[in-house]
Amino acid sequence: MHVPDGFLDAPTSVGTAVVAVAAVGVALRGARRELDDRTAPLAGLVALFVFATQMINFPIAAGTSGHLLGGALAAVLVGPFTATLAITVVLIVQAILMADGGITALGTNITLMGVVGVWVGWGVFTLVRAVLPKRTAMVVPAAALGALVSVPTAALGFSVLFALGGNADVPFSTVATAMVGVHVVIGIGEALITALAVASIVLTRPDLVHGAKPLLAQRELTIRTAVSA
Amino acid sequence: MGAGHGHHLHFHGHSRVHHLPAHVKLVTLLTFVVAVVLTPRTAYWAYGVHLLLVLVAQRASRVPFGYFAKRMVVETPFVVFALLVPFVATGPTVSVGPLDLSRPGLESAWALLAKGTLGVMASLVVATTTEPRHVVAGLEKLRLPNLLVQIMGFMVRYLEVVTGELARMRIARESRGFRARSFRAWPSLASTAGALFIRSYERGERVHLAMLARGYQGQLPVTHPLTATPAQWRVAGAIPGIAVLTLLAAVAL
Repeated sequence: MHVPDGFLDAPTSVGTAVVAVAAVGVALRGARRELDDRTAPLAGLVALFVFATQMINFPIAAGTSGHLLGGALAAVLVGPFTATLAITVVLIVQAILMADGGITALGTNITLMGVVGVWVGWGVFTLVRAVLPKRTAMVVPAAALGALVSVPTAALGFSVLFALGGNADVPFSTVATAMVGVHVVIGIGEALITALAVASIVLTRPDLVHGAKPLLAQRELTIRTAVSA
Repeated sequence: MGAGHGHHLHFHGHSRVHHLPAHVKLVTLLTFVVAVVLTPRTAYWAYGVHLLLVLVAQRASRVPFGYFAKRMVVETPFVVFALLVPFVATGPTVSVGPLDLSRPGLESAWALLAKGTLGVMASLVVATTTEPRHVVAGLEKLRLPNLLVQIMGFMVRYLEVVTGELARMRIARESRGFRARSFRAWPSLASTAGALFIRSYERGERVHLAMLARGYQGQLPVTHPLTATPAQWRVAGAIPGIAVLTLLAAVAL
């Protein structure tokens, strides 16, 4: 999903770069509000977590495997502002140090994955969380749906950009059908992995899951009397 | 999508390319790639010149060509995309053997492949010759927002620690007889990711406290400011300079 150099024309690349710069500016301010002076080390380690989990290969079938993209997962775990920063930094490092994603397409990649991927995931997550019963375990299905929707939406975003400024005369419907089709399948895998990962964290450290905070705050203290053996 | 990302891309060496300051290389890379992207797709000779320029830089770095070429697999998903374009693009068609292909589609596929490949090659020349921490310093010199520089600095600094943690967790799983072969492995792998998140977050908290104990107030000191001599700018600037001249010639012709 990393767009390389020369896929989109110059005006589209510049346009998405402007969007990316504005979004990262907002995220810098928002993350500082969430984490104050803890922002740098924590967002750095979260970026590294996203980067490292992309190295875990999930076997699919016949020797193929896929990996997590992590936009929605990061949004649920640390909040959308910090997640945008983390994904942005991951994309910059991948573009410059791994040649993955073009350097002139960095704005496009940040817009698609760091902004659309994260914020659509977060938006769907909060909507679902509002509907479901107010229990911390309900964070898991909400996160899964967030991931499920965010991946094809980012692919749709790419199709729209390709229709606006793609360097090829391919009809929008063809690109959109293929891209969204493939990414619905990827999104299902992403949803499953996101759900499993969030479930394992909610079980042990629910206080670290940003998306579970409003639910944790509603929890009442219960005192259980233990029976000594 | 595609393969995972290896992180040992830097190839230790002492060539002229290795010794150029990181911010010079980043400016060079960006200018070169912009020139490539703007080159008209039918100016085939210009792409030949661009390719020659990248190869000159690659040979000057004295990084073995095989090491360099192997890293180009990152491009694969979009190569597949580009190869499909002639089959689905609109416009007049040409017969290539038994296939009817779109002529504008073929031109687009050529342009996508040429620009994408040159971009990957140019980025790889920088990636194989520049240490990650120097890239961070270079971006700081180029006025990337300080908080973003710090986040990237922490990511790069703890890269080996966290990927090492992940490798130890894999060894621990495998020593208990775990083999990732089917969907049944997903819960174990996902809880690995969960454990990795908890450990990374807690490490972040400990790092923050350790920094506070050393007087951190939101800024990291710059101990070795990057400087570049005019000679270094001239050496590095020759490549994007020629690329821009090629672009201008291609547009004018």
